[in-house]
Amino acid sequence: MSDFAQIIAIAKRELYLEIRNRGRWAGLFFFAFAVLLMVAFAAPSTSVLRANAGGVLWIGLLLASTRSLDQSYAVEMEDGALEGMVLWPVRPWSLYYGKALSNTLTLLAVAFALLPLVIGICDVSVRGSLSDVVLFTALGCAGLAAPGTLYGLITAKARGSSVLLPLLYFPLVVPVILSAARGTTLVFEGDPMGQSGSWLGLLWAFNALHWSLSGLLYGRIAEDA
Amino acid sequence: MKTDDASVVVHGLCRRFGRRWALSHVNLDLPQGAGVVVTGGNGSGKSTLLRCLATALRAHAGTMTMGGKAMWTHREQLRPHIGYMAHQNHLWMDLSAHENLSAWAGLGGQTVDAPALLEQVGLNAGRRDAVRTFSAGMKRRLAVARMLLRTPRLLLLDEPFSGLDAAGRTDVAKLFAALRAEGTTLVVATHLPQAVVTMVDRCVTLEEGRITSDEPFSGLSA
Repeated sequence: MSDFAQIIAIAKRELYLEIRNRGRWAGLFFFAFAVLLMVAFAAPSTSVLRANAGGVLWIGLLLASTRSLDQSYAVEMEDGALEGMVLWPVRPWSLYYGKALSNTLTLLAVAFALLPLVIGICDVSVRGSLSDVVLFTALGCAGLAAPGTLYGLITAKARGSSVLLPLLYFPLVVPVILSAARGTTLVFEGDPMGQSGSWLGLLWAFNALHWSLSGLLYGRIAEDA
Repeated sequence: MKTDDASVVVHGLCRRFGRRWALSHVNLDLPQGAGVVVTGGNGSGKSTLLRCLATALRAHAGTMTMGGKAMWTHREQLRPHIGYMAHQNHLWMDLSAHENLSAWAGLGGQTVDAPALLEQVGLNAGRRDAVRTFSAGMKRRLAVARMLLRTPRLLLLDEPFSGLDAAGRTDVAKLFAALRAEGTTLVVATHLPQAVVTMVDRCVTLEEGRITSDEPFSGLSA
């Protein structure tokens, strides 16, 4: 079986679990939505909220991603399925890329459900192109999922994983949150100075680094022998 | 690896957890097609031995070879030839029995006749229900079905009968005995040696991580 087929098989099974257990996905969405509402109510004025709409979206997604990663490993650890996969003829990098792909798609689904609400609640209009919105959202979600899938594994194997994951994960994804939030805001407000290119570049670089490095390290951590 | 050579040789195997040695200088020779039951009290090292043989744990000293290849070094190459049924069942609780088997088969690029396999392990009821709703015995039967998806050359079974009723124990023992008849090496760790009489002919006893006896097994004295 090719690596690619194995990656797709793993991602399909993960997504099937998400779809099968709709409560989990709904929980993620409402968690992110609650964060969005809290920040919106706390904003001193509409203009401040409008100027920070991108940040509001990505704070919600960042917090939702920790829940998503935690859940993703909880189902694998419950009856030892993760160990079973490591010992099954599954290549470690296939395991990583399958899980990371599924985590990216789960986050993307939450992001695209949240975007119209952010636009409505923050009272912003999309002045940039729609493809830029899609690009920043996709790269941002992939940037959260790439190290998150690795760190989710590390913390799932440790005690108190739900406490440990944000401690390790949040500092690492600061560049993703910064560039995705700034880029999304530029798409909302318009980008007369052409700054979005450099934020996109940072997102591409972050993704390239973490999608390759995490894939290499995942097998060693999954074995943890 | 040549799949016709799956003999395992363990020499001076040691494994510790913290400062406690779970296995100490274990020597074991498993010719291909051997059937061995590993017995011993709680904490004697049975599960650790099986986990080391499954390449789930790395030995801290000693060597293990399969078909002449160092097992840890060549673990990725050897794992397709090793089946390991652990204490945990390695199942996804939110999937049904049918979906679990399909998912495991899919990971190996196989297709599976799940209803026939479930019938084989006597899991007729609740095939479409989430595994979470199963009893311990039903989960164990499903774990056995998962083992039957492949035909490994070395099959390691850690308490394969836990949660199974008397009929289930007999059915499962027959299935594994049939695998051994096809040339699979069986290593079974259990507190119920009488249940494996049809599967093995050799008994290894562990005490505090050391092998204290290694003798033929007929089940009469167990």
